[in-house]
Amino acid sequence: MAKIEELKEIASQVRRDIVRMVHAQNSGHPGGSLGCADFLTALYFEVLNHNPKNWNMDGIGEDLFFLSNGHVSPVWYSVLARSGYFPVKELSTFRTLGTRLQGHPTTAEHLEGIRIASGSLGQGMSVAAGAALAKKLNGDKNLVFSLHGDGELQEGQIWEAALFAAARNIDNYIATVDFNGVQIDGPTSEVMNLDSLKAKFEAFGWIVVEMEGNQIEAVLEGIDKAKAQTGKGKPVVILMKTEMGFGVDFMMGTHKWHGVAPNDEQLALALEQNKETLGDY
Amino acid sequence: MKYTNTGNKDTRSGFGAGLTELGRTNENVVALCADLIGSLKMNQFIEENPDRFFQAGIAESNMIGVAAGLTIGGKIPFAGTFAGFASGRVYDQVRQSLAYSNKNVKVAASHAGLTLGEDGATHQIMEDIGLMKMLPNMVVINPCDYNQTKAATIAAAEHVGPVYLRFGRPSVPNFTAEDQKFEIGKAVMLEEGTDVTILATGHLVWKALEAADQLKEQGISAEVINIHTIKPLDTEAVLNSVKKTGAVVTAEEHLMNGGLGDSIAQLLSRKFPTPLEMVAVDDKFGESGKPEELLTKYGIDTVNVVEAAKTVLKRK
Repeated sequence: MAKIEELKEIASQVRRDIVRMVHAQNSGHPGGSLGCADFLTALYFEVLNHNPKNWNMDGIGEDLFFLSNGHVSPVWYSVLARSGYFPVKELSTFRTLGTRLQGHPTTAEHLEGIRIASGSLGQGMSVAAGAALAKKLNGDKNLVFSLHGDGELQEGQIWEAALFAAARNIDNYIATVDFNGVQIDGPTSEVMNLDSLKAKFEAFGWIVVEMEGNQIEAVLEGIDKAKAQTGKGKPVVILMKTEMGFGVDFMMGTHKWHGVAPNDEQLALALEQNKETLGDY
Repeated sequence: MKYTNTGNKDTRSGFGAGLTELGRTNENVVALCADLIGSLKMNQFIEENPDRFFQAGIAESNMIGVAAGLTIGGKIPFAGTFAGFASGRVYDQVRQSLAYSNKNVKVAASHAGLTLGEDGATHQIMEDIGLMKMLPNMVVINPCDYNQTKAATIAAAEHVGPVYLRFGRPSVPNFTAEDQKFEIGKAVMLEEGTDVTILATGHLVWKALEAADQLKEQGISAEVINIHTIKPLDTEAVLNSVKKTGAVVTAEEHLMNGGLGDSIAQLLSRKFPTPLEMVAVDDKFGESGKPEELLTKYGIDTVNVVEAAKTVLKRK
Protein backbone atom coordinates (compact mmCIF):
# COMPACT_ATOMS: atom_id res chain seq x y z
CA MET A 1 0.00 0.00 0.00
CA ALA A 2 2.17 2.81 -1.27
CA LYS A 3 -0.62 5.26 -0.60
CA ILE A 4 -0.79 4.38 3.10
CA GLU A 5 2.99 4.63 3.50
CA GLU A 6 3.01 7.96 1.72
CA LEU A 7 0.27 9.36 3.95
CA LYS A 8 2.13 8.16 7.04
CA GLU A 9 5.23 9.99 5.88
CA ILE A 10 3.26 13.17 5.32
CA ALA A 11 1.66 12.84 8.77
CA SER A 12 5.13 12.52 10.28
CA GLN A 13 6.16 15.77 8.63
CA VAL A 14 2.94 17.43 9.75
CA ARG A 15 3.73 16.44 13.34
CA ARG A 16 7.20 17.96 13.00
CA ASP A 17 5.63 21.15 11.66
CA ILE A 18 3.20 21.30 14.60
CA VAL A 19 5.79 21.01 17.35
CA ARG A 20 8.23 23.32 15.57
CA MET A 21 5.58 26.02 15.01
CA VAL A 22 4.40 25.93 18.59
CA HIS A 23 7.96 25.78 19.95
CA ALA A 24 9.12 28.74 17.85
CA GLN A 25 6.61 31.13 19.41
CA ASN A 26 6.35 29.29 22.73
CA SER A 27 2.63 29.50 22.07
CA GLY A 28 -0.14 27.40 20.55
CA HIS A 29 -1.97 24.10 20.96
CA PRO A 30 0.12 21.00 20.19
CA GLY A 31 -1.94 18.26 21.90
CA GLY A 32 -5.14 18.36 19.86
CA SER A 33 -3.18 19.21 16.71
CA LEU A 34 -1.05 16.07 16.98
CA GLY A 35 -4.12 13.93 17.64
CA CYS A 36 -5.81 15.15 14.45
CA ALA A 37 -2.71 14.94 12.21
CA ASP A 38 -3.63 11.58 10.70
CA PHE A 39 -7.21 12.57 9.98
CA LEU A 40 -6.37 15.88 8.34
CA THR A 41 -3.52 14.34 6.37
CA ALA A 42 -5.83 11.65 5.01
CA LEU A 43 -8.53 14.23 4.29
CA TYR A 44 -6.36 16.73 2.42
CA PHE A 45 -4.04 14.29 0.64
CA GLU A 46 -6.49 11.54 -0.25
CA VAL A 47 -10.15 12.27 0.36
CA LEU A 48 -11.03 15.85 -0.60
CA ASN A 49 -11.90 16.80 -4.12
CA HIS A 50 -10.17 20.18 -3.99
CA ASN A 51 -8.02 22.57 -5.93
CA PRO A 52 -5.36 24.14 -3.67
CA LYS A 53 -3.64 26.09 -6.46
CA ASN A 54 -6.82 27.83 -7.57
CA TRP A 55 -8.42 28.42 -4.22
CA ASN A 56 -11.51 30.60 -4.08
CA MET A 57 -13.95 31.43 -1.31
CA ASP A 58 -17.07 29.89 -2.83
CA GLY A 59 -15.47 26.53 -3.59
CA ILE A 60 -18.15 25.58 -6.09
CA GLY A 61 -17.37 22.20 -7.63
CA GLU A 62 -15.13 21.20 -4.71
CA ASP A 63 -15.47 19.52 -1.34
CA LEU A 64 -15.24 21.98 1.55
CA PHE A 65 -13.68 21.60 4.98
CA PHE A 66 -14.42 23.72 8.07
CA LEU A 67 -12.33 23.61 11.24
CA SER A 68 -14.66 24.41 14.13
CA ASN A 69 -12.15 23.82 16.94
CA GLY A 70 -9.90 26.60 15.66
CA HIS A 71 -7.25 26.18 18.35
CA VAL A 72 -5.79 23.18 16.51
CA SER A 73 -4.72 25.65 13.83
CA PRO A 74 -1.11 24.31 13.69
CA VAL A 75 -2.20 20.99 12.18
CA TRP A 76 -4.51 22.73 9.70
CA TYR A 77 -1.89 25.27 8.63
CA SER A 78 0.64 22.50 8.12
CA VAL A 79 -1.72 20.37 6.04
CA LEU A 80 -2.88 23.37 3.99
CA ALA A 81 0.70 24.44 3.24
CA ARG A 82 1.92 20.91 2.54
CA SER A 83 -0.97 20.30 0.12
CA GLY A 84 -0.18 23.48 -1.80
CA TYR A 85 -2.53 26.22 -0.59
CA PHE A 86 0.29 28.55 0.44
CA PRO A 87 4.10 28.42 0.70
CA VAL A 88 5.42 25.99 3.30
CA LYS A 89 7.94 28.55 4.51
CA GLU A 90 5.05 30.72 5.70
CA LEU A 91 4.58 28.22 8.56
CA SER A 92 7.50 29.97 10.25
CA THR A 93 5.31 33.08 10.70
CA PHE A 94 2.72 31.28 12.87
CA ARG A 95 1.44 33.58 15.64
CA THR A 96 3.92 36.37 14.84
CA LEU A 97 2.94 40.01 14.32
CA GLY A 98 1.54 40.59 10.83
CA THR A 99 1.15 36.90 9.98
CA ARG A 100 -1.63 35.37 7.93
CA LEU A 101 -1.32 32.37 10.28
CA GLN A 102 -3.14 33.89 13.23
CA GLY A 103 -3.38 32.04 16.52
CA HIS A 104 -6.85 30.98 15.48
CA PRO A 105 -7.80 30.70 11.79
CA THR A 106 -9.27 33.77 10.13
CA THR A 107 -10.41 35.00 6.75
CA ALA A 108 -9.27 38.53 7.67
CA GLU A 109 -5.73 37.86 6.42
CA HIS A 110 -6.94 36.17 3.21
CA LEU A 111 -5.08 32.92 3.86
CA GLU A 112 -5.91 30.45 1.10
CA GLY A 113 -7.94 27.49 2.30
CA ILE A 114 -9.78 29.27 5.10
CA ARG A 115 -13.41 30.22 4.62
CA ILE A 116 -14.53 31.35 8.08
CA ALA A 117 -12.95 32.43 11.33
CA SER A 118 -13.05 29.92 14.18
CA GLY A 119 -11.79 29.98 17.72
CA SER A 120 -14.82 30.86 19.75
CA LEU A 121 -16.15 27.31 19.88
CA GLY A 122 -19.37 25.76 18.69
CA GLN A 123 -20.00 27.76 15.52
CA GLY A 124 -18.53 25.56 12.80
CA MET A 125 -21.30 23.00 12.53
CA SER A 126 -23.82 25.74 11.76
CA VAL A 127 -21.50 27.23 9.15
CA ALA A 128 -20.84 23.84 7.55
CA ALA A 129 -24.58 23.10 7.45
CA GLY A 130 -25.16 26.45 5.71
CA ALA A 131 -22.42 25.77 3.19
CA ALA A 132 -23.96 22.34 2.53
CA LEU A 133 -27.33 24.01 1.87
CA ALA A 134 -25.63 26.40 -0.58
CA LYS A 135 -24.20 23.36 -2.39
CA LYS A 136 -27.67 21.88 -2.71
CA LEU A 137 -29.06 25.19 -4.02
CA ASN A 138 -26.21 25.35 -6.53
CA GLY A 139 -26.72 21.76 -7.68
CA ASP A 140 -23.16 21.05 -6.55
CA LYS A 141 -22.76 17.36 -5.71
CA ASN A 142 -19.58 17.77 -3.66
CA LEU A 143 -19.47 17.27 0.09
CA VAL A 144 -18.90 19.45 3.13
CA PHE A 145 -16.69 18.23 5.99
CA SER A 146 -16.08 19.71 9.42
CA LEU A 147 -13.99 18.90 12.49
CA HIS A 148 -14.99 19.54 16.10
CA GLY A 149 -13.39 18.94 19.45
CA ASP A 150 -15.27 16.70 21.87
CA GLY A 151 -15.14 19.34 24.59
CA GLU A 152 -16.59 21.73 22.02
CA LEU A 153 -19.78 19.67 22.03
CA GLN A 154 -20.54 21.22 25.41
CA GLU A 155 -21.52 24.38 23.52
CA GLY A 156 -25.30 24.62 23.04
CA GLN A 157 -25.01 25.91 19.47
CA ILE A 158 -23.63 22.52 18.38
CA TRP A 159 -26.91 20.88 19.35
CA GLU A 160 -28.95 23.62 17.67
CA ALA A 161 -26.96 22.85 14.54
CA ALA A 162 -27.38 19.10 15.03
CA LEU A 163 -31.16 19.53 15.20
CA PHE A 164 -31.15 21.80 12.18
CA ALA A 165 -28.99 19.59 9.96
CA ALA A 166 -31.23 16.59 10.60
CA ALA A 167 -34.50 18.55 10.31
CA ARG A 168 -33.41 20.08 7.00
CA ASN A 169 -32.11 16.70 5.68
CA ILE A 170 -28.59 17.98 5.11
CA ASP A 171 -27.15 14.72 3.80
CA ASN A 172 -24.17 16.13 1.87
CA TYR A 173 -22.32 16.84 5.09
CA ILE A 174 -19.92 14.77 7.22
CA ALA A 175 -19.00 16.18 10.63
CA THR A 176 -16.13 14.60 12.54
CA VAL A 177 -15.73 14.76 16.30
CA ASP A 178 -12.19 14.45 17.66
CA PHE A 179 -13.11 12.18 20.53
CA ASN A 180 -9.94 12.35 22.61
CA GLY A 181 -11.72 12.58 25.95
CA VAL A 182 -9.64 15.49 27.16
CA GLN A 183 -10.16 19.24 27.52
CA ILE A 184 -8.33 22.10 29.20
CA ASP A 185 -9.46 21.45 32.76
CA GLY A 186 -9.09 17.67 32.55
CA PRO A 187 -10.89 14.60 31.21
CA THR A 188 -14.23 15.45 29.56
CA SER A 189 -15.79 12.75 31.76
CA GLU A 190 -14.99 14.91 34.78
CA VAL A 191 -15.37 18.42 33.35
CA MET A 192 -18.76 17.81 31.70
CA ASN A 193 -19.57 14.24 30.84
CA LEU A 194 -20.33 13.63 27.16
CA ASP A 195 -21.51 10.04 27.68
CA SER A 196 -23.01 8.19 24.76
CA LEU A 197 -22.22 10.57 21.93
CA LYS A 198 -23.34 7.89 19.52
CA ALA A 199 -26.76 7.67 21.17
CA LYS A 200 -27.02 11.46 21.32
CA PHE A 201 -26.33 11.97 17.61
CA GLU A 202 -28.57 9.07 16.63
CA ALA A 203 -31.36 10.50 18.75
CA PHE A 204 -30.86 13.81 16.92
CA GLY A 205 -31.36 12.03 13.60
CA TRP A 206 -27.79 11.58 12.40
CA ILE A 207 -26.01 8.57 10.93
CA VAL A 208 -23.05 7.75 13.18
CA VAL A 209 -19.79 6.15 12.04
CA GLU A 210 -17.15 5.21 14.60
CA MET A 211 -13.51 5.36 13.61
CA GLU A 212 -10.03 4.96 15.07
CA GLY A 213 -8.36 8.29 14.28
CA ASN A 214 -4.66 7.63 14.73
CA GLN A 215 -4.20 4.91 12.12
CA ILE A 216 -4.20 6.08 8.53
CA GLU A 217 -5.74 2.82 7.28
CA ALA A 218 -8.60 3.08 9.74
CA VAL A 219 -9.12 6.75 8.93
CA LEU A 220 -9.40 6.11 5.20
CA GLU A 221 -11.77 3.23 5.82
CA GLY A 222 -13.88 5.26 8.26
CA ILE A 223 -14.21 8.23 5.91
CA ASP A 224 -15.13 5.88 3.08
CA LYS A 225 -17.82 4.39 5.26
CA ALA A 226 -19.12 7.85 6.12
CA LYS A 227 -19.15 8.92 2.48
CA ALA A 228 -21.20 5.83 1.67
CA GLN A 229 -23.81 7.08 4.15
CA THR A 230 -24.24 10.47 2.49
CA GLY A 231 -27.25 11.16 0.26
CA LYS A 232 -29.61 9.23 2.51
CA GLY A 233 -31.55 12.17 3.88
CA LYS A 234 -29.52 12.48 7.08
CA PRO A 235 -26.32 14.21 8.13
CA VAL A 236 -23.38 11.95 8.98
CA VAL A 237 -21.02 12.21 11.93
CA ILE A 238 -17.76 10.35 12.47
CA LEU A 239 -16.89 9.77 16.12
CA MET A 240 -13.13 9.65 15.78
CA LYS A 241 -11.27 8.11 18.70
CA THR A 242 -7.89 9.76 19.00
CA GLU A 243 -5.25 10.30 21.61
CA MET A 244 -4.34 13.88 22.38
CA GLY A 245 -0.65 14.40 21.61
CA PHE A 246 -0.43 11.24 19.48
CA GLY A 247 3.01 10.72 17.99
CA VAL A 248 4.95 12.43 20.78
CA ASP A 249 5.09 10.00 23.71
CA PHE A 250 5.38 12.48 26.55
CA MET A 251 2.46 14.55 25.23
CA MET A 252 0.11 11.57 24.91
CA GLY A 253 -2.88 10.90 27.09
CA THR A 254 -2.81 14.08 29.12
CA HIS A 255 -4.61 17.41 28.98
CA LYS A 256 -1.40 19.13 30.11
CA TRP A 257 -0.29 19.62 26.48
CA HIS A 258 -3.54 21.20 25.31
CA GLY A 259 -2.10 24.69 25.08
CA VAL A 260 1.54 24.44 26.19
CA ALA A 261 4.60 24.66 23.97
CA PRO A 262 7.60 22.30 24.28
CA ASN A 263 10.97 23.69 25.43
CA ASP A 264 14.18 23.08 23.44
CA GLU A 265 14.86 19.65 24.91
CA GLN A 266 11.27 18.53 24.58
CA LEU A 267 11.26 19.71 20.96
CA ALA A 268 14.35 17.63 20.23
CA LEU A 269 12.68 14.58 21.76
CA ALA A 270 9.48 15.17 19.80
CA LEU A 271 11.41 15.52 16.53
CA GLU A 272 13.34 12.31 17.21
CA GLN A 273 10.02 10.50 17.26
CA ASN A 274 8.81 11.93 13.95
CA LYS A 275 11.20 11.71 11.06
CA GLU A 276 11.65 14.47 8.52
CA THR A 277 10.07 13.25 5.29
CA LEU A 278 9.13 16.24 3.12
CA GLY A 279 11.75 18.65 4.46
CA ASP A 280 11.30 21.01 7.38
CA TYR A 281 10.14 24.52 6.54
CA MET B 1 -44.89 70.40 6.84
CA LYS B 2 -43.75 69.70 3.33
CA TYR B 3 -44.09 65.91 3.84
CA THR B 4 -47.35 64.04 3.62
CA ASN B 5 -48.14 60.92 5.55
CA THR B 6 -49.60 58.65 2.89
CA GLY B 7 -51.02 56.37 5.59
CA ASN B 8 -49.51 54.65 8.59
CA LYS B 9 -47.64 51.44 7.88
CA ASP B 10 -45.18 49.30 9.82
CA THR B 11 -41.53 49.29 8.80
CA ARG B 12 -41.39 45.48 9.10
CA SER B 13 -43.86 45.28 6.23
CA GLY B 14 -41.44 47.46 4.27
CA PHE B 15 -38.81 44.81 4.94
CA GLY B 16 -41.20 42.08 3.81
CA ALA B 17 -41.97 43.98 0.60
CA GLY B 18 -38.27 44.55 -0.08
CA LEU B 19 -37.50 40.89 0.49
CA THR B 20 -40.31 39.86 -1.84
CA GLU B 21 -38.93 42.11 -4.55
CA LEU B 22 -35.44 40.70 -4.04
CA GLY B 23 -36.88 37.21 -4.33
CA ARG B 24 -38.07 38.11 -7.81
CA THR B 25 -34.99 39.99 -8.96
CA ASN B 26 -31.98 38.29 -7.36
CA GLU B 27 -31.83 34.50 -7.38
CA ASN B 28 -28.99 34.48 -4.85
CA VAL B 29 -31.10 36.04 -2.13
CA VAL B 30 -32.19 33.47 0.46
CA ALA B 31 -33.95 33.93 3.79
CA LEU B 32 -33.88 32.38 7.23
CA CYS B 33 -36.16 32.95 10.17
CA ALA B 34 -36.23 31.83 13.79
CA ASP B 35 -39.93 31.00 14.16
CA LEU B 36 -41.20 34.53 13.46
CA ILE B 37 -42.24 34.43 9.81
CA GLY B 38 -45.46 36.36 10.32
CA SER B 39 -43.88 38.96 12.58
CA LEU B 40 -41.19 39.68 9.99
CA LYS B 41 -43.63 39.63 7.07
CA MET B 42 -41.67 36.98 5.21
CA ASN B 43 -44.72 35.01 4.04
CA GLN B 44 -44.79 36.29 0.49
CA PHE B 45 -41.10 35.59 -0.12
CA ILE B 46 -41.53 32.07 1.25
CA GLU B 47 -44.62 31.42 -0.85
CA GLU B 48 -42.81 32.50 -4.00
CA ASN B 49 -39.44 30.91 -3.16
CA PRO B 50 -40.02 27.89 -0.92
CA ASP B 51 -36.62 26.39 -1.78
CA ARG B 52 -34.79 29.58 -0.83
CA PHE B 53 -36.20 29.80 2.68
CA PHE B 54 -34.83 27.98 5.72
CA GLN B 55 -36.82 27.75 8.93
CA ALA B 56 -34.25 27.81 11.72
CA GLY B 57 -36.62 27.28 14.62
CA ILE B 58 -36.05 28.95 17.96
CA ALA B 59 -32.28 28.65 17.65
CA GLU B 60 -30.86 32.02 16.67
CA SER B 61 -27.18 31.20 17.19
CA ASN B 62 -27.39 28.38 14.69
CA MET B 63 -29.33 30.59 12.28
CA ILE B 64 -26.50 33.13 12.19
CA GLY B 65 -23.94 30.39 11.56
CA VAL B 66 -26.02 28.76 8.83
CA ALA B 67 -26.43 32.17 7.18
CA ALA B 68 -22.64 32.64 7.25
CA GLY B 69 -22.22 29.22 5.62
CA LEU B 70 -24.75 30.00 2.90
CA THR B 71 -22.61 32.91 1.71
CA ILE B 72 -19.91 30.35 0.85
CA GLY B 73 -21.35 29.41 -2.51
CA GLY B 74 -22.56 32.90 -3.35
CA LYS B 75 -25.87 33.18 -1.52
CA ILE B 76 -27.07 36.45 0.06
CA PRO B 77 -28.89 35.41 3.22
CA PHE B 78 -31.36 37.59 5.14
CA ALA B 79 -31.60 36.16 8.66
CA GLY B 80 -34.62 37.51 10.50
CA THR B 81 -35.78 37.61 14.09
CA PHE B 82 -36.56 40.18 16.80
CA ALA B 83 -33.81 42.76 17.21
CA GLY B 84 -32.94 41.64 20.72
CA PHE B 85 -32.33 38.08 19.57
CA ALA B 86 -30.59 39.26 16.39
CA SER B 87 -28.00 41.25 18.32
CA GLY B 88 -27.56 40.61 22.04
CA ARG B 89 -28.46 36.95 22.07
CA VAL B 90 -26.16 36.06 19.18
CA TYR B 91 -23.43 38.63 19.70
CA ASP B 92 -20.53 36.20 19.59
CA GLN B 93 -21.89 34.44 16.50
CA VAL B 94 -22.37 37.77 14.73
CA ARG B 95 -18.93 38.89 15.88
CA GLN B 96 -16.92 35.85 14.75
CA SER B 97 -18.92 34.24 11.94
CA LEU B 98 -20.25 37.44 10.32
CA ALA B 99 -18.29 40.57 11.20
CA TYR B 100 -14.75 39.23 11.68
CA SER B 101 -15.24 36.77 8.81
CA ASN B 102 -16.76 39.61 6.75
CA LYS B 103 -19.64 37.47 5.46
CA ASN B 104 -22.32 38.79 3.15
CA VAL B 105 -25.18 38.24 5.60
CA LYS B 106 -28.02 40.67 6.27
CA VAL B 107 -29.33 40.51 9.82
CA ALA B 108 -32.99 41.55 9.67
CA ALA B 109 -33.80 42.89 13.13
CA SER B 110 -37.46 43.61 13.71
CA HIS B 111 -39.45 44.95 16.68
CA ALA B 112 -36.52 47.11 17.77
CA GLY B 113 -36.87 49.62 20.59
CA LEU B 114 -39.64 50.64 22.99
CA THR B 115 -42.38 50.66 20.35
CA LEU B 116 -42.56 46.89 20.38
CA GLY B 117 -44.91 47.81 23.20
CA GLU B 118 -46.81 45.43 25.42
CA ASP B 119 -44.28 42.57 25.48
CA GLY B 120 -42.10 44.67 27.76
CA ALA B 121 -38.42 45.02 28.47
CA THR B 122 -37.27 41.47 27.66
CA HIS B 123 -38.17 42.16 24.05
CA GLN B 124 -37.57 45.92 23.82
CA ILE B 125 -33.90 46.09 22.96
CA MET B 126 -32.46 49.58 23.07
CA GLU B 127 -28.79 48.58 23.04
CA ASP B 128 -28.59 46.97 19.62
CA ILE B 129 -27.28 49.91 17.60
CA GLY B 130 -24.41 50.22 20.06
CA LEU B 131 -23.65 46.50 20.05
CA MET B 132 -23.64 46.30 16.28
CA LYS B 133 -21.83 49.53 15.44
CA MET B 134 -18.92 48.45 17.64
CA LEU B 135 -18.20 45.53 15.33
CA PRO B 136 -15.64 46.28 12.60
CA ASN B 137 -17.00 45.56 9.07
CA MET B 138 -20.62 45.86 10.25
CA VAL B 139 -22.99 48.31 8.54
CA VAL B 140 -25.87 49.51 10.73
CA ILE B 141 -29.07 50.80 9.07
CA ASN B 142 -32.17 52.13 10.85
CA PRO B 143 -34.70 53.37 8.24
CA CYS B 144 -37.58 55.65 9.18
CA ASP B 145 -40.72 54.40 7.44
CA TYR B 146 -42.22 51.68 5.25
CA ASN B 147 -40.96 53.00 1.92
CA GLN B 148 -37.47 53.61 3.22
CA THR B 149 -37.25 50.19 4.87
CA LYS B 150 -38.20 48.55 1.59
CA ALA B 151 -35.56 50.56 -0.25
CA ALA B 152 -32.97 49.84 2.46
CA THR B 153 -33.64 46.11 2.24
CA ILE B 154 -32.93 46.16 -1.48
CA ALA B 155 -29.82 48.30 -0.95
CA ALA B 156 -28.57 45.91 1.74
CA ALA B 157 -28.60 43.07 -0.78
CA GLU B 158 -26.46 45.13 -3.15
CA HIS B 159 -23.88 45.91 -0.48
CA VAL B 160 -21.20 43.21 -0.13
CA GLY B 161 -20.61 42.51 3.55
CA PRO B 162 -22.51 42.13 6.81
CA VAL B 163 -25.42 44.49 7.46
CA TYR B 164 -27.58 44.99 10.54
CA LEU B 165 -30.96 46.23 9.30
CA ARG B 166 -33.08 47.55 12.16
CA PHE B 167 -36.81 48.16 11.91
CA GLY B 168 -39.91 48.09 14.05
CA ARG B 169 -43.32 46.75 14.87
CA PRO B 170 -45.86 49.62 15.01
CA SER B 171 -47.59 51.41 12.17
CA VAL B 172 -45.99 54.80 11.73
CA PRO B 173 -46.36 57.59 9.16
CA ASN B 174 -45.16 56.61 5.71
CA PHE B 175 -43.86 59.77 4.05
CA THR B 176 -40.65 59.13 2.10
CA ALA B 177 -40.81 58.59 -1.65
CA GLU B 178 -41.98 55.22 -2.88
CA ASP B 179 -39.37 55.18 -5.64
CA GLN B 180 -36.45 56.45 -3.54
CA LYS B 181 -32.94 55.20 -4.18
CA PHE B 182 -31.43 54.22 -0.85
CA GLU B 183 -27.75 55.00 -0.51
CA ILE B 184 -26.07 53.31 2.44
CA GLY B 185 -24.08 55.87 4.43
CA LYS B 186 -25.70 58.87 2.77
CA ALA B 187 -27.79 61.01 5.12
CA VAL B 188 -31.01 62.55 3.77
CA MET B 189 -31.68 66.27 4.18
CA LEU B 190 -35.39 66.59 4.98
CA GLU B 191 -35.77 70.22 6.08
CA GLU B 192 -33.23 72.99 5.70
CA GLY B 193 -32.82 75.37 8.60
CA THR B 194 -30.37 77.76 10.20
CA ASP B 195 -30.72 77.75 14.00
CA VAL B 196 -30.38 74.11 15.06
CA THR B 197 -29.67 70.74 13.43
CA ILE B 198 -31.89 67.81 14.35
CA LEU B 199 -30.31 64.46 13.50
CA ALA B 200 -32.86 61.69 13.76
CA THR B 201 -33.02 57.99 12.97
CA GLY B 202 -35.77 55.36 12.67
CA HIS B 203 -39.19 56.11 14.11
CA LEU B 204 -37.92 59.41 15.55
CA VAL B 205 -37.47 60.96 12.09
CA TRP B 206 -41.19 61.73 11.77
CA LYS B 207 -41.17 63.07 15.33
CA ALA B 208 -38.27 65.32 14.37
CA LEU B 209 -40.24 66.70 11.44
CA GLU B 210 -43.19 67.39 13.73
CA ALA B 211 -40.83 69.08 16.19
CA ALA B 212 -39.36 71.25 13.42
CA ASP B 213 -42.89 72.41 12.54
CA GLN B 214 -43.59 73.40 16.12
CA LEU B 215 -40.22 75.13 16.42
CA LYS B 216 -40.97 77.11 13.26
CA GLU B 217 -44.16 78.40 14.87
CA GLN B 218 -41.96 79.61 17.73
CA GLY B 219 -39.60 81.36 15.34
CA ILE B 220 -36.84 78.74 15.43
CA SER B 221 -35.47 77.44 12.13
CA ALA B 222 -34.57 73.74 12.50
CA GLU B 223 -32.71 71.67 9.94
CA VAL B 224 -33.81 68.00 9.96
CA ILE B 225 -31.54 65.26 8.65
CA ASN B 226 -32.45 61.58 8.48
CA ILE B 227 -29.44 59.54 9.58
CA HIS B 228 -30.73 56.20 8.30
CA THR B 229 -27.24 54.72 8.36
CA ILE B 230 -25.60 54.86 11.78
CA LYS B 231 -22.48 53.23 10.41
CA PRO B 232 -20.81 54.27 8.22
CA LEU B 233 -21.87 57.70 9.46
CA ASP B 234 -22.27 60.48 6.89
CA THR B 235 -19.80 62.73 8.69
CA GLU B 236 -19.72 65.26 5.87
CA ALA B 237 -23.47 65.89 5.98
CA VAL B 238 -23.39 66.21 9.76
CA LEU B 239 -20.42 68.58 9.86
CA ASN B 240 -21.74 70.76 7.04
CA SER B 241 -25.04 71.24 8.81
CA VAL B 242 -23.55 71.79 12.25
CA LYS B 243 -21.07 74.37 10.95
CA LYS B 244 -24.09 76.29 9.66
CA THR B 245 -26.38 75.99 12.71
CA GLY B 246 -23.95 75.68 15.62
CA ALA B 247 -26.31 73.53 17.70
CA VAL B 248 -27.40 69.86 17.50
CA VAL B 249 -30.15 67.61 18.78
CA THR B 250 -30.05 63.86 18.18
CA ALA B 251 -33.23 61.77 18.34
CA GLU B 252 -33.54 58.00 18.42
CA GLU B 253 -35.39 55.04 19.91
CA HIS B 254 -32.33 53.66 21.66
CA LEU B 255 -30.26 54.10 24.77
CA MET B 256 -28.12 57.20 24.96
CA ASN B 257 -25.14 54.89 25.49
CA GLY B 258 -24.05 53.52 22.15
CA GLY B 259 -26.70 55.10 19.96
CA LEU B 260 -26.76 57.72 17.22
CA GLY B 261 -26.21 60.54 19.72
CA ASP B 262 -23.11 58.80 20.99
CA SER B 263 -21.74 58.56 17.42
CA ILE B 264 -22.47 62.25 16.82
CA ALA B 265 -20.88 63.27 20.13
CA GLN B 266 -17.73 61.37 19.20
CA LEU B 267 -17.58 63.01 15.80
CA LEU B 268 -18.26 66.56 16.98
CA SER B 269 -16.01 66.51 20.02
CA ARG B 270 -13.13 65.53 17.76
CA LYS B 271 -13.88 67.60 14.66
CA PHE B 272 -16.14 70.51 15.58
CA PRO B 273 -17.16 70.84 19.25
CA THR B 274 -20.79 71.97 19.29
CA PRO B 275 -23.52 72.15 21.94
CA LEU B 276 -25.44 68.85 21.75
CA GLU B 277 -28.61 67.49 23.34
CA MET B 278 -29.65 63.87 23.02
CA VAL B 279 -33.22 62.64 22.86
CA ALA B 280 -32.74 59.00 23.82
CA VAL B 281 -33.43 56.69 26.74
CA ASP B 282 -31.07 57.31 29.62
CA ASP B 283 -29.73 54.04 31.04
CA LYS B 284 -33.07 52.31 31.64
CA PHE B 285 -34.85 49.15 30.56
CA GLY B 286 -38.34 49.58 29.10
CA GLU B 287 -41.68 48.16 30.27
CA SER B 288 -45.09 47.09 28.97
CA GLY B 289 -47.34 49.73 27.47
CA LYS B 290 -48.67 51.13 24.22
CA PRO B 291 -45.98 52.47 21.89
CA GLU B 292 -47.06 56.10 22.14
CA GLU B 293 -47.41 55.90 25.94
CA LEU B 294 -43.90 54.50 26.16
CA LEU B 295 -42.37 57.18 23.95
CA THR B 296 -43.95 59.79 26.22
CA LYS B 297 -42.93 58.14 29.47
CA TYR B 298 -39.35 57.54 28.36
CA GLY B 299 -38.93 61.02 26.97
CA ILE B 300 -38.40 60.30 23.29
CA ASP B 301 -41.43 61.99 21.73
CA THR B 302 -41.98 65.11 19.64
CA VAL B 303 -42.23 67.34 22.69
CA ASN B 304 -38.85 66.13 23.91
CA VAL B 305 -37.23 67.02 20.60
CA VAL B 306 -38.75 70.52 20.79
CA GLU B 307 -37.53 70.98 24.37
CA ALA B 308 -34.07 69.66 23.54
CA ALA B 309 -33.80 72.15 20.65
CA LYS B 310 -34.71 75.05 22.91
CA THR B 311 -32.25 73.86 25.56
CA VAL B 312 -29.39 73.52 23.14
CA LEU B 313 -30.05 76.95 21.66
CA LYS B 314 -29.44 78.47 25.08
CA ARG B 315 -25.98 76.92 25.06
CA LYS B 316 -24.95 78.40 21.72
